[in-house]
Amino acid sequence: MQPFIVEFIHSRKDELVERWLEELTAVRDKNLENMSDAVYQHTNREFIQTILHTLDADVEQTGERLSEFTSRLIKLGWPLGYFTQGLQTFRRMVFEALAAEEDDAKKVYRLSCDVEEWIDSIINQFVNDYNGSWESTINLQKMALRELSAPLIPVFENISVMPLIGTIDTERARLIMENLLEGVIEHRSQVVLIDITGVPVVDTMVANHIIQASEAVRLVGTECILVGIRPEIAQTIVNLGIELGKFPTKSSLQKGIETALEMTNKKMVDI
Amino acid sequence: MSVQSCVEVNSEWGIVAARQEGRSLAKDIGFGNVDQARITTAISELARNIYLYANQGKVCMEVVELFDKHKLKRGIKVVAADQGPGITDVRQVMEDGFTTSGGLGAGLPGVKRLMDEFSIDSKENEGTTITVVKWLR
Repeated sequence: MQPFIVEFIHSRKDELVERWLEELTAVRDKNLENMSDAVYQHTNREFIQTILHTLDADVEQTGERLSEFTSRLIKLGWPLGYFTQGLQTFRRMVFEALAAEEDDAKKVYRLSCDVEEWIDSIINQFVNDYNGSWESTINLQKMALRELSAPLIPVFENISVMPLIGTIDTERARLIMENLLEGVIEHRSQVVLIDITGVPVVDTMVANHIIQASEAVRLVGTECILVGIRPEIAQTIVNLGIELGKFPTKSSLQKGIETALEMTNKKMVDI
Repeated sequence: MSVQSCVEVNSEWGIVAARQEGRSLAKDIGFGNVDQARITTAISELARNIYLYANQGKVCMEVVELFDKHKLKRGIKVVAADQGPGITDVRQVMEDGFTTSGGLGAGLPGVKRLMDEFSIDSKENEGTTITVVKWLR
């Protein structure tokens, strides 16, 4: 950047900062309303200092300081829009000040381009930092969901339960199939109960996945019982015309476990 | 009152969004538990067809009213439209057990049984529009 602008901005620093603070406070975001004024003003001051700091320090140093500033505010939950708006306001102010000072349109334009480039690079870094933090959050959630998606729980000797909760998509159907088959072999299950109490909608695709999974389980020599069919789901399945007659179904997990115990020649008794 | 809400379907999450929208609308109209499940399942089925065969399209739903025998009937209308490959033989897809994707082949005939009114309009290479209505009893 041309030293002229650096000097220009420095010479008007105080004036620019005051006007900027005023204007930014006027458009204070709804999300930031429940924040105390002191914190808000303090952050604004820190924000403008960080921007001004990028004027004279070298690129690496400023990058670090910016990153440190953003990562702290990402944690506090400040919206990205606040920063972009703040930077745009600041840029507009510098333009206005430049235009008031200089009469030569061409010169103003050249200088504006420099300022534009400078502010854009800061905006880019903000956006990248925010994007990175969103991506890592989404990835973590994806992993957490995967781990939760299809657990096979051995409850008694030779009896396992797979509780399904939430929407079943193709990816999850694949996991159900894999975990079911691997788990059945690993736990030496004779009977496996698939519990669909928590599945909100059973359409033909979900039914198809369940039928295929139970068919595969049957091939490795294990009985499969479908439990947790709610009354409205039962009616929908009949309306759709889905054939679930090939394997036993029970209304609740409790009934399913009783049946499973019978099938493995066991019984629960009161003592 | 004809507030229409549309959901774009271009991924599996679109299917989930469409049926959640449908369920909450059906609840607002006053459908019972069983009919809510029927409507939700029908929407799920239609949205899945869009995703599976046309890759993208949209599902729109709205409240409909009709004077019938001096009584005002209320219901939900769902329109699933896409610009996909279209259906070659409409009669064939309405048969139970017919499938081109290895599914159960119960989707469209099932939707017809789940809802009260069903109409299908499809042109090859132009797209398919399926309109279904469920009346509140």
